[in-house]
Formats: sequence, C-alpha cells, structure tokens
Amino acid sequence: MSTRELVDFDEVVEKFDPAMGLEIHVELNTNTKMFCGCPTAFGAEPNTQVCPTCLGLPGAMPVVNGKAVESAIRIGLALNCEIAEWCRFARKNYFYPDMPKNFQTSQYDEPIAFDGYLDVDVEGETFRIGIERAHMEEDTGKSTHVGGSDGRIHGADYSLVDYNRAGIPLIEIVTKPILGTGDKAPLVAKAYVAAIRDLIVALGVSDARMDQGSIRADVNLSLAPKGSDVLGTRSETKNVNSLRSVERAVRYEMSRHAGILLSGGSVLQETRHFHENDGTTSSGREKSDAEDYRYFPEPDLVPVAPSREWVEQLRATLPENPAKKRARLQQEWGFSDLEMRDTVGAGALDLVEQTVAAGAAPQAARKWWLTELARRANDAGVELAELSVTPAQVAEVQALVDAKTINDKLARQVFDGLLAGEGTPEEIVAARGLAVVSDDGALSAAVDKAIAENPDVADKIRDGKVAAAGALIGSVMKEMRGQADAARVRELILEKLA
Amino acid sequence: MSSWIHKTAAEQADALAAGEVTSVELVQAHLDQIAATNDGPDGLNSFLHVDAEGALVQAKASDERRAEGQPLHPLDGVPIAIKDVLATKGLPTTAGSKILEGWVPPYDGTVTAKIRAAGLPILGKTNMDEFAMGSANENSAYGPVRNPWDRTRIPGGSGGGSAAAVAAFQAPLAIGSDTGGSIRQPGAMTGTVGVKPTYGSVSRYGVIALANSLDQLGPCTRTVLDAALLQELIGGHDPLDSTSVPGKLEGLVEAARSGAAGDLSGVRIGIVTELQGDAWSAPVVERFDEAIEVLRGLGAEITEVSLPSFVHAMAAYYLILPAECSSNLAKFDAMRYGLRVTPDGSPSAEEVMRVSRDAGFGDEVKRRILIGTYALSSGYYDAYYGQAQKIRTLIIEDFKKAFESVDLLVSPTAPTTAWALGEKTDDPLANYLQDLATIPANLAGVPGISVPSGTSSADGLPTGIQFLAPVLEDARLYRVGAALEAALTERWGGRIVPSSYAQEGE
Repeated sequence: MSTRELVDFDEVVEKFDPAMGLEIHVELNTNTKMFCGCPTAFGAEPNTQVCPTCLGLPGAMPVVNGKAVESAIRIGLALNCEIAEWCRFARKNYFYPDMPKNFQTSQYDEPIAFDGYLDVDVEGETFRIGIERAHMEEDTGKSTHVGGSDGRIHGADYSLVDYNRAGIPLIEIVTKPILGTGDKAPLVAKAYVAAIRDLIVALGVSDARMDQGSIRADVNLSLAPKGSDVLGTRSETKNVNSLRSVERAVRYEMSRHAGILLSGGSVLQETRHFHENDGTTSSGREKSDAEDYRYFPEPDLVPVAPSREWVEQLRATLPENPAKKRARLQQEWGFSDLEMRDTVGAGALDLVEQTVAAGAAPQAARKWWLTELARRANDAGVELAELSVTPAQVAEVQALVDAKTINDKLARQVFDGLLAGEGTPEEIVAARGLAVVSDDGALSAAVDKAIAENPDVADKIRDGKVAAAGALIGSVMKEMRGQADAARVRELILEKLA
Repeated sequence: MSSWIHKTAAEQADALAAGEVTSVELVQAHLDQIAATNDGPDGLNSFLHVDAEGALVQAKASDERRAEGQPLHPLDGVPIAIKDVLATKGLPTTAGSKILEGWVPPYDGTVTAKIRAAGLPILGKTNMDEFAMGSANENSAYGPVRNPWDRTRIPGGSGGGSAAAVAAFQAPLAIGSDTGGSIRQPGAMTGTVGVKPTYGSVSRYGVIALANSLDQLGPCTRTVLDAALLQELIGGHDPLDSTSVPGKLEGLVEAARSGAAGDLSGVRIGIVTELQGDAWSAPVVERFDEAIEVLRGLGAEITEVSLPSFVHAMAAYYLILPAECSSNLAKFDAMRYGLRVTPDGSPSAEEVMRVSRDAGFGDEVKRRILIGTYALSSGYYDAYYGQAQKIRTLIIEDFKKAFESVDLLVSPTAPTTAWALGEKTDDPLANYLQDLATIPANLAGVPGISVPSGTSSADGLPTGIQFLAPVLEDARLYRVGAALEAALTERWGGRIVPSSYAQEGE
C-alpha cells in the first residue's frame, strides 16, 4: 500500500468532521477469575494460575464470578446506565492459540449495562459521551512471539502462551458514536479515557494501571466531509495504552484518514496497531465480513438476573462522581484552577482530602504533598500514595507548625524521620530535639549577640528600616540552628531596637 | 459357585453386605468376563480402556472399609463402567475420537468423583460414537461395538459400549450420556434399562460436551432398581455446573421398590399420538401394545395425547445440536492436548490446527461442525438457530399441557430393533430417525426411561418402551418402570438376556 501524505491537523478539522467510538477494556481486580476459582494476581510464573476451566480442558465448565457481576453493575450504574433485569453470556467464536476454548465467553446482544453517559470537560467545555453498553467477558491468554522482527506472530520462530491471563474478568465499555468534537476530538478522547480511569479508581474495581494493561483502549475513528451526516469508514486502533497515546492515536488517524480521502482514496476498514515510539499506526489484520463470530447464548451458564433490590443496594455504594467531586473540593478548598490541576495531576487529590479531613488547612495540605513529599516520592521513584507518610501524619506535622512547636524548615526534618520510621511526628520532634525555642531568655541572649555582631544593621532598624530585621533574624536562626521561633525573634529585635 | 456377574447391582451389594462375596472377587469376575468377551475379531469392543489394576486396588480398599464396618455407600465395592465421554483422572478419556487419543485428564468429572467417593471400583471406559454423535456406535474412531444379542448387529448409540457392557455382564452398572437418546435407544437395542434424568439433576462437569443444553448423564443397568440406585448416587446439585438444579432428587429407589409391587391404580399414562405410525416397525409396535395392556392390567389409566410440536423436534434438534457442538469442538486445535499433526515445512499455527482437525475428526463430526457453523453464521442465525429455539419452546409447552392431563407419557423407545453392522453407515438420516421418540425429552429437559418390552417376533432382538415424566418427577419413571418390569419378567419367566452371555441353565 502506498503511503499517503499526512494532512496537517488544522486542515483536517477544516475539511472533515471526526466521528469516534471508544472501547475500553477494564480488567477487574477480583481475587479469582471470571469463570473459575484461579487467582488473578499479576506477575506470577507463566501458566501457574490455571485450571481445567480456564485452560479449556474437555469437560470443564464455567461458573460466573458473583463479585465480577457486582463490579460490572457498579460500573454500569456509575456510567448512568440501565442495568439489565435479565441477561446472558454469549460465545464469540474464533480460532486463536491464546484462546483456550477457541471461543471467548462474552456478552452479545444482552449486555449487563446499557444506554448511559459520562460527561467530560475539555478546556471548559463539557462533552456528554453516550455509553452504548458495558458488558462482562473473559480475557484471553497472553501470546509472546519469539523471533522475527517486530514481535508479531507473522515471521516469529515460535510463540509462547501464558494462560494465567485467560479468564481474568473484563468489563468492556463501548461508547455511542462521539460526534461534533471537531478539533477537540483528540482531547475529548483522552479526557474520556481519563474520566473512565478516575471512575474505575473511585469505584475500586480495578488496579486501573494502563501500563500493566488493566485498562486498554481501542480507538475507532472515521472522518466525514464537513457537514455530511453519513459516517465514513472507520479504522480500529487497538490497545492504546496511555492517555497521551489515546490523544496521539486519534490525531494521527485523523491526519492519515484525511490524507487518504483528500487524494481520492478510500479508507480500509481494518485493525491498526499504535506505535508508542513515533505516534504512528500501522495496518493490522483486515476486518472484513469474513470475520463472523457466530455469537450464540452460552449454554453452560444460566442467565444473570440481578434483582432490583440488589441493584439499588449497589447504587448506594457508588462513590461521588470524580469530576463532580473535584469541582466540589476546589470550591471548598478555594484552590485556583492551576492548583487544582496540579493536585490532581500529582495524584494527590485523595491525599490532600484526607489530610484536610485530619485537620490541616487545605493550602497547607496541598503545599506538603505537592512540594516536600512529591520531591521525596520522585527521588524514591514511587507514587505519592506509596510513600510511608500518611495524610494523618501530614496533618499532625502541620498542627505542630500551627502550634509553633516547629517551623516549616524543621517540619522537613520531621518528614525525614517519618520516612525513616522513627515514630510519630511528636516523638520525632522530641527525639531529634527539633522543637522551636520560644523561651525569651535563650532567644534574648541570641538577639543581643546578633545586634552586637551587626551594628550596621541594628542602626538601620533603629532608623526605622524595619525590613532590615530579616538579616538579624537570619543571624539568630543560624545561631539557634533553625530552632528559634522566628516571629518571637522578630518581636524581640524590634523591642530591643525601638 | 454362583455366577456373580449375572446378579444385579442390588444383589451384588446385598452379597457384599452379607459377606458372601468380596469386592475383589466381584471385580475379578467382571474383569474375567471383559477379558473373555471384549477383544478379538468377534469381541464386543464395548471397552476402550480397562483399568484392571486400578479396579482391583479400589476393590481391595473397599473390602478393607467393609471389614472395618465402614462402607461408604450401599454400592461400595460394586464395580462400574464409565462412558468415555466423562473425565476420569488418570484414565484415558477419548470421547471415541482420534483427536483425543492418549489424553489422560488431570481431573475428575463430578460424577466420577461421586463414584470414587462412594467406593465403586471403576472397571474402565466404554466405547461410544465419536463425541456421542450416532445411533449405532459405528462412528467410534476405535471401531464399532457389537450387540451381545447378535454380534453382527449394532448395539445402538451413542452409548453402545455402556449398554453392551451391561447386557453382556461385563459390568452391572454403567454411566451413559443422553443428548438425544444415547442412553435410552441403546438400552432398547440391548434389552437393558437406560435413564435420562431431568436436565440439570446430574452434574455435567467433566462431560465432554456434545450439546450442552441437551446433554445429561444417566444410568445404564439391567434392572430399574439398579438404575434408581445409581441415579441417586450420581445426582444432586453441583456448584461446578451452573445449569444443575438445586437440591437432590430423593425417593427414586423407594419409587422403584414400591413400583415393583405392581399397583398402578390411578396412574394416568398418555400414549403420544405423534410417536405412532408407519415409521414404527410392526414387531416393535406389537411388544409396545402388549406392554400397554400389561400396564392397564396393573391399574393404569391409558389415554392418548397429542403433542403436535413433536413433528418438528428432529429438525430443531439437528440445528441446536450442531450449533452447540461446532463451538464445543473448536477447542480441539492441537495446541494444548490431543492429536497434533504437523505438516512439512514451517506451518503456521492455523495450518497445524486445520491439518490436525482434519486428521482427528471423523466424517459425522465434520458433518455436524459444518452444519452448526452454517446455522450460526451471520444472516442465517435467525432462520436456523433462532427458529429451532422457538420450536424448543413449543415442545416445552406441549409437554406442560400434556402433563396437565396425564402423569406420564409413553412410546416405543426406538422405531426398530438393532440392524446389521454397516447396513446404514452411509445413510446418516436413517440413523438420525432412530431418535424420533427420544429427542423431545432432551429438548424439553424432561426425564425419560427405557425398559425392555420383550423381543421381536421377527428377529428375536430386544425392543424397548419409553416413559417420560415432568421435570424433576423422575420418581414416576421408576415407579411405573419397575411395575412394568416386574409384570413382564413374571410373564417371561425371568429377565430377557442374550443367550451367548446367559448363565448356564438360564
């Protein structure tokens, strides 16, 4: 196939309307697999978390994981979906070595959740993304193709299959066609995937690690001439595995489609692979009418019929919508947009919230998590939430600052102590002798010494240049190894030089 | 010395309890019978795998338990054979197919586990049509089974091995599987008793699926009481089988025992209008009519009822079954277990799958995979699979309506007696028609039993009569089956048995 020119993005949106469809697979964090009792832990030795059922051995049968159904319903409810009163699993039949039964037990025309929406904000504009359905299915095994040039099955010397992943519960969330996003299409796609991820995190139903594949996005995209109401032919870009990649994949496909269409060609309906390194996509298998999955209801499973009572019980367990929660907290905390964005971006929203709940002022909580602790997390190469400092401890440190027992500088040493596991903040202050000195006797002597050593500065202050007091304060602090109550020092200086 | 193998399972159990025989002696006697009758050009070929060593070990353990006064179950120590469709840990399980040649399951099916837990020594695995597709046992990849009544004849199918083993005294008990008649029709062909329990009342976990919504394990025995004993052993809810019904059917043995007393007064039995006519051979109908008179004599109220949708049962069955099996059999792809044929060169995984499946599956299997794949394909689903499911619903409705006016339905089990080996191998439709009377029960999930109705006046081969009861009312089958069995046995002066395998003097 000849390569066509990529079209500049501005020109694309000038001449075409993009239509998107996003399919997100969420790996649930249930302890056991979708249809058997095998554990789901990530990273075990290959083919150690398998049994007759998830290996598809002759005679083995599936049993539905009730916890997975619960998670599916909660996801559906959080996406404002209807929950089916009665639905079935269906077999999706196709041959592939990483599919133990050569059919995937999924749902077809009777999904557990359907007809919902999710609002996402992009640059101050709200886009309502229609949710077509959310359905339950099982993951396949994981193939590793050894040899060959690109790690794909074609040209490989041999392939290895790890069935530990086979049967892990998945929820597939499918949007309705996303129209009318224009030049914001890449950002809307990214924001949608981010919103789904946040929702999944808030629900606690998945590890939600895109880098480990626990959330995987497929991006369907087509272009139609500006103003046309007929959808164009779509491409399906598979397994786009980061938020940034979602945006890039949409952008790239828009430019690629436009290139084809503007040169009079027609877009091939096909699966495409996204390449993280250069942000391009390349042709995968052609998706044509030949692909007939011969869906039919899974005869080994009985229908899932969640009672309305159960659904309402689950509705009561839903967390606050993450976007709404952010808006509420920003209002309550009085954060600027930038402060809020930084807090969310640093993964500190919950930490700040918990710190505030433990008694700290919002700005103080934000300051500690986003500066001092963010730096330490970064140095240690861990997530903020993985630090061994708890929100309650941060609030305690701030309380010590508020009580003038320590100052900000000393607080840093308290965090050192906390990370080193030296006990509670108060214990650390005591053990390290960090308490600020506000005893006037000791401070007075130090102030006198500073005045004697800096007669020029003392004169300036006497002449009314109060700002010069800072230099004397610095001198006193140095003398007191930082452990002086700066405000009291200032008062003493001004008293003595009045 | 009395011939232990000619005793029923209940009699063998009693003898064990009375200390008249040991399990080791029983197992050895049956192993001897298998050795004498199974192999060779004239052998029955009813067993694909005999586990003499394992069975004797289990028998010894059973005897030890009994010596300590701790038998696990009334049938502890009574040997049993298992159709090769059910997974048995450590014992080859092939489902009669080349594609599973040499496969040894790493796990036990639930019924296997129940049998082991009850202490019944497992003699081996019985021959069957490949993946249970057939009515003559001629579709086995390991050669046909011969009918003990006439070794030039077929034993029925797909469970020809289990039926022949029981008929020829190779085992007192055998497990069969019935998807469209595979327990009941071979029962009729071999003069034995076969029961298809209510769908879901016996776990399917470990059964290599033919058609999941139709398959059901059940007992193959020589008497109705033995069948009841075995069904009570293997039945009950299984958390590993989502389609299994809650609880456990009770009172089956009791129904068989009380039925044998012979009083059927007040029992309403309906002859199915749609299961009469030209398709039914005269000798079969003759024995059927005779049995009906016997039932009437026992006090049963005989009427005729119409189940109009039955005429479509065969068509619906041969869409639903191939559809499900085309998907079930996809797992046999040479990637993880079973036969693998690797073509020359550097073939792709897809080529290995294709060549292996071509080599591993027989013609009937391929035929049904093709039909099923077609019936499920996009654009044809509604016309075929969808329509078939609607017929299924109509048949269920027919049953419900009929059971408002009668307690049981009755028909001949199969239209003919056993035919000659090879006679119909090239005519799949003629084979399919054998299941005319048995298929509706599978489509509706209702239980059915076949009991011997005598032997044909034309060829001397056995004929069978089938009773059907409402879902979960399996006990009715045992009551009426035992009553008829007792009356007919008295009339015949003993049970009918194939003469070459009969006890001397019988």
